[in-house]
Amino acid sequence: MINLLRKWLGWVWMLLGPLSIFYLVKIAAAEIAMHPVIDTKIQWGVFIIVAIPIAIGLVIFGWYAWKGEYDRKTG
Amino acid sequence: MSNSKPAKGIWKVIGASSLGTLIEWYDFYIFGSLATVIASQFFPKTNPTAALLSTLATFAAGFIVRPFGALVFGRLGDLVGRKYTFLLTLILMGGSTFAIGLVPSYESIGFAAPVIVLLLRLIQGLALGGEYGGAATYVAEHAPHNKRGFFTSWIQTTATLGLFVSLGVILLVRHGLDSDVNKSIEKFNDWGWRIPFLVSILLVGVSIYIRLKMNESPLFAKLKSEGKVSSNPLKESFTHKANLKMVLLALFGATMGQGVVWYTGQFYAQSFMETVCKIDFEQSRTILIWAILFGTPFFVVFGSWSDRIGRKWIMMAGMLAAILFYRPIYKQFLTASDVGTYQAKELVQESPPQVIKETINGTEVTTTVVIKTFADGAAYTEKTVSKNTGDQPTVFHVDKKLDSGTYWKFVWLVFAQVLFVTMVYGPIAAFLVEMFPTRIRYTSMSLPYHIGNGVFGGLTPFVALLLTTINTDDKLIGLSYPIVVSAVCLVIGVLYVSNKVSKDADDHA
Repeated sequence: MINLLRKWLGWVWMLLGPLSIFYLVKIAAAEIAMHPVIDTKIQWGVFIIVAIPIAIGLVIFGWYAWKGEYDRKTG
Repeated sequence: MSNSKPAKGIWKVIGASSLGTLIEWYDFYIFGSLATVIASQFFPKTNPTAALLSTLATFAAGFIVRPFGALVFGRLGDLVGRKYTFLLTLILMGGSTFAIGLVPSYESIGFAAPVIVLLLRLIQGLALGGEYGGAATYVAEHAPHNKRGFFTSWIQTTATLGLFVSLGVILLVRHGLDSDVNKSIEKFNDWGWRIPFLVSILLVGVSIYIRLKMNESPLFAKLKSEGKVSSNPLKESFTHKANLKMVLLALFGATMGQGVVWYTGQFYAQSFMETVCKIDFEQSRTILIWAILFGTPFFVVFGSWSDRIGRKWIMMAGMLAAILFYRPIYKQFLTASDVGTYQAKELVQESPPQVIKETINGTEVTTTVVIKTFADGAAYTEKTVSKNTGDQPTVFHVDKKLDSGTYWKFVWLVFAQVLFVTMVYGPIAAFLVEMFPTRIRYTSMSLPYHIGNGVFGGLTPFVALLLTTINTDDKLIGLSYPIVVSAVCLVIGVLYVSNKVSKDADDHA
């Protein structure tokens, strides 16, 4: 049962990755539009550059979960 | 160490590793704690390029360079050994901190000053990224399996103690430069801020001397003598599925939540007291100092306990406690510091009003400042700002001094948060060490740790501030970020992380 939950939640993690990037980019665009100075651009640029590999990591984590890589025999 | 007896000289190993790591944290924090003074000395707002470099120093050091340092030094530590790598990080950190204390101001050498400071700050971030994994690995590889949590928890105290020492040194120097407090602060802002940076070289010197006398980790030395050292730790850590899946689990099921709990409990708490509750500068710092002092022994308590009941549930309980209690705790901060609570107190002194008149963008602005002191020692500064536009005057209450009872209430509220920190942070070094085999341990554990702490944790103040600008009605909205991140981490941790304590920190993956 727990293994099944681990497996199906994999989809949540896989979706969470791109969703978080989408919202981050959306917020960044709004913030930069509101304060169009180089400081704001650098700050949000750094956040997005760092967030992309983390989001990819979350997708891979979700994929591994879906493939049963984290399943345990004893649950 | 697979046997259950402590290795000979384990306390020397812990002492040497912890001292160096503590100094590295101290070095990293003094820059952050003195950000305002440093900005005025090196990054004048009037010069846009200097201001730009300031932004880079703030964001790049923590968010990009720290994880990058984890990769660079992690790889080195898995190739040449733990001892020389974390010796190198110490030298880089100490050298760059000392050098920051020597850099002439922007007024003296112009544009070169912010460029040099930025480069030195980036070296600091790089060194910090490499230090922790080395120290934790080094101690764990000396420790017997049944005391790994206990011995590595001493390393875990260093981040908090580094903050404690940095706050203490700054307060001491700020007050010790002249018998008149105001003159002392003036001197501190002028040149005294350099002292905490310069002091670092003495501490680093002692630590380098001690570390030089240490031997290489026995597990790594054995691996090296058998010719089994990884030829490409980065590739092995992040492209081999068996290792990558553990790196991802370490990040999303442990360090991510740990990072936000850590930052909220110490940095956000102080920032909230100062910027939202408007507590006096020194009180907000001494509250944190007391809370850290009372809380620090619990790193060892929870680290040791994790040897008996497993690492997972202690860390998860810490995250759950944070999720459940953050809002009630911060609500207490707001209620107890509300100026309305001062109305029932007996007013003993009211300073003569100080009137400041200025013209801002053609509008005449009059600010009246009155300091009110109450019988129980509480006080605040009331600023009434009125404009010639006919608008209603705006009243601000700042520099609030808490009475003794409220002060200690604040100490315990911050202590509760430090306690959550000790639950998530105390067992984590042993937890991370046990996830990865010796040949790639330094690399594999350093990256999730620094992404969890540096990126997820480091984002706390920025996301919190952003949320407060989106929803201005709820002063506690900033807590949503650590609560949501902790909640996701808690779900992943509970479901996917194993509570099994590995007997052997050697190759089990």
